[in-house]
Amino acid sequence: MTSANTRQNPVPAAPPGHRPKPAPPNGAPVKATGAQSLVRSLEAVGCEFVFGIPGGTILPTYDPLLDSAKVRHVLVRHEQGAGHAATGYAQATGKTGVCMATSGPGATNLVTALADAQMDSVPLVAITGQTARGMIGTDAFQEADICGITLPVTKHNFLVTDPAEIPRIIAEAFYIASSGRPGPVLVDIPKDVQQVTTSFAWPPETHLPGYRPTSKPHGKQVREAAKLINSARRPVLYVGGGVIKADASDELLSLAESTGIPVVTTLMARGAFPDSHSQQLGMPGMHGTVAAVAAMQRSDLLIALGTRFDDRVTGQLSSFAPDAKIVHADIDPAEISKNRPADVPIVGDCKDVIADLTEAAAAYRQEETPADLAPWWKQLDGWRETFPLGYEWPSDGTLSPEHVIERLGRISGPDSVYVAGVGQHQMWAAQFVDYEKPRTWINSGGLGTMGYAVPAAMGAKAGVPETTVWAVDGDGCFQMTNQELATCAIEGIPIKVAVINNGNLGMVRQWQNLFYAERYSQSDLGTHKHRIPDFTMLAESLGCVGLRCDSREDVDSVIQRAMEIDDRPVVIDFVVGKDAQVWPMVAAGTGNDEIMAARGIRPLFDDDEG
Amino acid sequence: MTRHTLSVLVENVPGVLARVSGLFSRRSFNIESLAVGPTEHPEISRMTIVVSVGEQPLEQVTKQLNKLINVIKIVELEPDSSVQRELLLAKVRADSSVRSQVLETVQLFRAKVVDVSPEALTIEATGDSDKLDALLRMLEPYGVREMVQSGMVAIGRGPRSITATAVR
Repeated sequence: MTSANTRQNPVPAAPPGHRPKPAPPNGAPVKATGAQSLVRSLEAVGCEFVFGIPGGTILPTYDPLLDSAKVRHVLVRHEQGAGHAATGYAQATGKTGVCMATSGPGATNLVTALADAQMDSVPLVAITGQTARGMIGTDAFQEADICGITLPVTKHNFLVTDPAEIPRIIAEAFYIASSGRPGPVLVDIPKDVQQVTTSFAWPPETHLPGYRPTSKPHGKQVREAAKLINSARRPVLYVGGGVIKADASDELLSLAESTGIPVVTTLMARGAFPDSHSQQLGMPGMHGTVAAVAAMQRSDLLIALGTRFDDRVTGQLSSFAPDAKIVHADIDPAEISKNRPADVPIVGDCKDVIADLTEAAAAYRQEETPADLAPWWKQLDGWRETFPLGYEWPSDGTLSPEHVIERLGRISGPDSVYVAGVGQHQMWAAQFVDYEKPRTWINSGGLGTMGYAVPAAMGAKAGVPETTVWAVDGDGCFQMTNQELATCAIEGIPIKVAVINNGNLGMVRQWQNLFYAERYSQSDLGTHKHRIPDFTMLAESLGCVGLRCDSREDVDSVIQRAMEIDDRPVVIDFVVGKDAQVWPMVAAGTGNDEIMAARGIRPLFDDDEG
Repeated sequence: MTRHTLSVLVENVPGVLARVSGLFSRRSFNIESLAVGPTEHPEISRMTIVVSVGEQPLEQVTKQLNKLINVIKIVELEPDSSVQRELLLAKVRADSSVRSQVLETVQLFRAKVVDVSPEALTIEATGDSDKLDALLRMLEPYGVREMVQSGMVAIGRGPRSITATAVR
């Protein structure tokens, strides 16, 4: 996907006209071990950070890595943290994230992070050690068939059997990971392949006869789409994470403003279009705004850009946007018409697609007066005014989690990066923080990986060190991966963590409250009752500043204090009420028309016709 | 649901069969038959995959297959414009009392006897599935002691080659 500044081209592009004579390490082969060849290849593709942990079969690589002036290794505490850190780095910078682990358990610990990156189309390269070639298949110590294991959760993977192929495979791995629809690529390298002497030459010749991602959209399809856009009376721009990956926010703004069409930004696309913009209706889907959900349900044309009609957006598919024609643009042809048949399919990079659409739509407007969107906006504004996002303060006097997150967003502002775990806090962070810029909201959307926030925030902060990076986490999530705070403290990566501590697996509790007759089975973590763990003490022991806040009056001041600390990571334990719920909500398996704006409040769609 | 025959050109590299078969099971597509073998280009293998799916799932199958990095090209072969063949080897009980009748059936289907023993004949036959099914029905009364059948292989009729454009 994308523009020149973010796409990592494994082979440096030659200037038009002539090709300069490459200087070493470019060009002539030099003698090197497999491990040296790997490290030099990583340097050559522009890898700045490797998140990883050494172990038996990857040890040969860690030796030359010690000498690399270009690649910085961050020693994490768990391989899953390495994987999510690489993802956070990639999401914050647009570059390819890199993680490294040893064979067996090291490699299997990466699996969750790879699956996560696969679902959210994150460019990632994972390098794993493997048992020596002669031992493969013998159930050797720390042997795991990681290529077999990760086959369904990677875009591609390689087992390197010939050390001479290391430069080519690394170049191909980075190219595959970052081009087309991005995704994770795993490169498994047997120990003896790292040890033997081979030759290193750069750039290598790549050979991918079966990989030709389409980026330029088809002109006829674009004109077809523009024609529909011009005549639609109730159009909606349904914007997904692909727009951010394609760096197409500017193009989107032009398209939206020139056509006057309302915009909804999915969970993965928060920040692709400014929340302060009058045409922004918010997030669609299960916990989307009433305006966004209603707009899609009542739309006559959805212009889907870099998005995949995920079940969390569509609700029950058969009743989703029943009257809408579909223009579906995506770089991955397999996404088009996968869930909802498209009337106009467009395969291409969103940056090109949106630019072309804008131009084509302008041309149509010259020929034919566009449909009047005023009645549609009147209806949309009605929903926005009647059902704005909001929350109520808990009746038991406890702190409101929504308030905490809202204040955090206001105080830290739109230049900060916000990274969430998974659950209620994630939804509130998507709802109550205003995002103005792409790559300022990072979360695990597709896989829904609890424990994502801390390591991903670490990776993001490594990538954009001058930016304030907040992990907005839940107490359940936080207990899965907080050990990476030790990494942050020691490696000088001062992230800030807001633990929205309601003492429970909040989203599980919400569902048990709504759908399981308030029978709270195994959702109380006891974090409140016993204060185990004590998050401030935990934070201090991990080399961070630990702060606590449990009253409304202290919220702003504690956030301010955290903002002032930048030599160490900070953890704020926000002790909040356990009964707050995420609203609006479309219950799983029901149609989007069943959206509840709040408990017991179902916007009456029957009344707003005409 | 209709039967579709896909010719899939893949890079001849380790693991490619696992990638393809894994994709089918992962996305809940059923493979009716699958045959893999070399092509005239040593770096390319060819899979012939028979799937029973509707039109829309078929589109998903081919799109998902196309996403596999090692898959170079996919062509659907229509029964009318292609030659489709399977191979059958069957060991049929045939002592001297019935041997001549079995041999007659073999001739009728233009099959071949590839091994003979006092109690049994081993028959080799090629053809499309209908023909092989018909042959088996004729042989069953004598007693089929053992049989093995290959997946279908298929090639388009006419002078055009699907591999020619895949190699650059």
